[in-house]
Amino acid sequence: MDRFLETFFNPVVMAQYTPDILAGVWVTLQIAAAIIVAGIAAGLALACLRSYGIRVLNVFIICYADIFRALPPLVVILILYFGFPSIGIQLSGPMVLFIVLAATLAAFAEEIFWAGFSSVEKGQWEAGIATGLGFTRTLTYIALPQAFRLAIPPIVNRVLAITKMTALGSAIGVSEILSSATTAQSFSGSATPLTMSVIAYLAIFLPMVAAARWLESRTAWKKR
Amino acid sequence: MANRPMLEVVALEKRFGPNTILKKIDLKVAESELVFVIGPSGSGKSTMLRCCNRLEEPTSGDILVNGRNIMAGTRRDLDRMRLQIGMVFQGFHLYPHMSVLKNVTLAQRKALKRSKAEADARAMNMLEQVGMAHKADAYPGELSGGQQQRVAIARSLALDPKVMLFDEPTSALDPELVGSVLKVMKDLKSKGMTMVVVSHEMAFARETADRVVFMDGGVVVEEGTPDEIFGAPKAERTRAFLSRVSG
Ligand SMILES: Nc1ncnc2c1ncn2[C@@H]1O[C@H](COP(=O)(O)OP(=O)(O)OP(=O)(O)O)[C@@H](O)[C@H]1O
Ligand SMILES: [Mg+2]
Repeated sequence: MDRFLETFFNPVVMAQYTPDILAGVWVTLQIAAAIIVAGIAAGLALACLRSYGIRVLNVFIICYADIFRALPPLVVILILYFGFPSIGIQLSGPMVLFIVLAATLAAFAEEIFWAGFSSVEKGQWEAGIATGLGFTRTLTYIALPQAFRLAIPPIVNRVLAITKMTALGSAIGVSEILSSATTAQSFSGSATPLTMSVIAYLAIFLPMVAAARWLESRTAWKKR
Repeated sequence: MANRPMLEVVALEKRFGPNTILKKIDLKVAESELVFVIGPSGSGKSTMLRCCNRLEEPTSGDILVNGRNIMAGTRRDLDRMRLQIGMVFQGFHLYPHMSVLKNVTLAQRKALKRSKAEADARAMNMLEQVGMAHKADAYPGELSGGQQQRVAIARSLALDPKVMLFDEPTSALDPELVGSVLKVMKDLKSKGMTMVVVSHEMAFARETADRVVFMDGGVVVEEGTPDEIFGAPKAERTRAFLSRVSG
């Protein structure tokens, strides 16, 4: 038992590396926030564009969504970080992490919002069009709010899944939580920093999971 | 006819793929007239109505509202002209995420660009007219079908349309709720609204319609006053249809 505590909960190591882990938390939070905002905005924009039914454009959107949903993000991260410099494109680690995960989230979000649009009744569109709102305003005021509510639960789940992947940053030297923890672990020779990373991840993501539950419970609007 | 028609359908043709659904339909509706359209299922009644505001794109022909051709002009012109053509659907199609009041003010604000105060006042006025003012803050999901349909009528009326199109407005309602909607339509008629009504409410037609149009197979087979059509139909197809629905 002592050995267990010594390995995973060494107070001296904890005290020493807390600042590093906290710095990692800050980096993770910043990148995650950027990924969420950019990914959802881009996904929503793509789904809106797709609803205009412009053939060529839709082929591109669908290909994009399918490819980014199929690829493991780590592969793309490694290609951008290690491969692109040789073709003259130098991107920082955090930038690569942001781009790849935001693009991945956008692909999933596009599909989720699109499914939301598709399940808005045709009659809703017709009522908007018939009252002179035209396509764009019907999209904005009638279809989008309804699609959005339908999309919230799956979007929140996807946001959770993808923001967790910021841990992949440790593969390209982004000093986020996991990377700070593994560095500290190799310097200290103790597993305690890894325990600290677990605590840090839980502190960030457990509230998000709770928020997701809460959102899910209140997404259904007053009975139909 | 002395005054020009408020709604004029000229040689309207509609094809879906190889099927011709409407075959050169002509119809004139005078100001303040109520034209009642009957016909068997699949005869093209809904399609004709939906062509009148281009929810369905006509294959050929013209639609004139108050003398202006909605087939000519830009998309913007079309949206502006749609404001003059109210449409009431069988399924109401109220916006479930908005209160009754918001349902009635949305197009006033965003399409007609009325101020909030003006739109709210107009909405309350219309809701009053259909007997739904007390539910202004309710959500559509909290209303009965008959109440929803009356709100839908108010939503159209608030835009000051020149013509109102009704596509089976009471067909989705429980029998005991039909009367409240028909009463609103009767009021509307007595206030001088020009109306085209597709419906199976023959008693309403007898009482309120100026003219009854019988459609079958994408053509207008026969038209006349309610007495003529219901009392002494000339065409065999009309007689067969009427005996089927009343029998
Ligand atoms: N979008 C569409 N694509 C293909 N065919 C269509 C479409 N809409 C309608 N039709 C066909 O057009 C014909 C006329 O339909 P419409 O809905 O106008 O009939 P209706 O007279 O309103 O019938 P009902 O009394 O059942 O409402 C039907 O045969 C229908 O199958
Ligand atoms: Mg119909």
